[in-house]
Amino acid sequence: MEEKEHKLFPYEGYGKILIILLLLTTVTISVTSIDLAWWSVVIALLIACVKGGIVIMYFMHLKFENTLLKVLVFGVIGLFAAVLIITFIDYLNR
Amino acid sequence: MSGKELHSDAEGAKLGMWIFIFTEILLFGGLFIVYSVMRSKYPLEFHGAATFLNAILGATNTVILLASSAAVAMSLTAIQKNDSKLAGRLVLITIACALIFLVNKYFEWGAKFHHGLYPGSDVMLELSRGYLLFFSLYFFMTGLHALHIIIGLTILVVVYFKIRSGEINQKRFVLLENGALYWHLVDLIWIFLFPLLYLIT
Repeated sequence: MEEKEHKLFPYEGYGKILIILLLLTTVTISVTSIDLAWWSVVIALLIACVKGGIVIMYFMHLKFENTLLKVLVFGVIGLFAAVLIITFIDYLNR
Repeated sequence: MSGKELHSDAEGAKLGMWIFIFTEILLFGGLFIVYSVMRSKYPLEFHGAATFLNAILGATNTVILLASSAAVAMSLTAIQKNDSKLAGRLVLITIACALIFLVNKYFEWGAKFHHGLYPGSDVMLELSRGYLLFFSLYFFMTGLHALHIIIGLTILVVVYFKIRSGEINQKRFVLLENGALYWHLVDLIWIFLFPLLYLIT
């Protein structure tokens, strides 16, 4: 395997990502404080997915990793999503 | 440090860490599925029970975890720039954040215990099924998460001393990298726990 040059992510980059994550947290808190019925659940979870994606991509450096690892990570997330969907199909049709 | 050649495979070590992280994602994922199904069965009770949680403490802990995650990520940049001192300090900041998180959790759980809310208590057993399920899941999920915080904290303390001793350096930093990965996982789980338990009321 070839030794890959390690991507150096600048300090300011992490600072910016942190600010984005904090802003998204504020958005989640304010959205859920107004009553949008079940929409607030959907919005809160969508924002959580975006935040999780940012953490995986930048903090955990997945963006700079090899294809194998990317495929594995998305495979696991896909597997989880499949189990979640199948469970719900089962429960909602009982 | 010893002069002998040590075998190391940073890529392999990192892949191993990720595979471990997958098992953690599926562990918490299973709990999230239980939560979602129970929530869809008892929507009103879950709404009602969630209002008992302290959203301000939850939000504070979110900010603390996000900041600590950024700090440990920056420490990885610092070690690669051969700035061990800064890398060590950033790991210390992360450790401090972890401790603050646990102190907050202590007060949060303490308030619940004070009201007689803890697994197996008389108050809990008298609750209706939906409320009982919510609080059981709350204690189990935040408890398991807090256990991960304690494990991550321990790993980071080891990492800190290894940075100090020079065992983790510009050339060999996979332990810091894997410790950071574990810490980000803890952050990642909290990103989902916080809105699900504290906010969606």
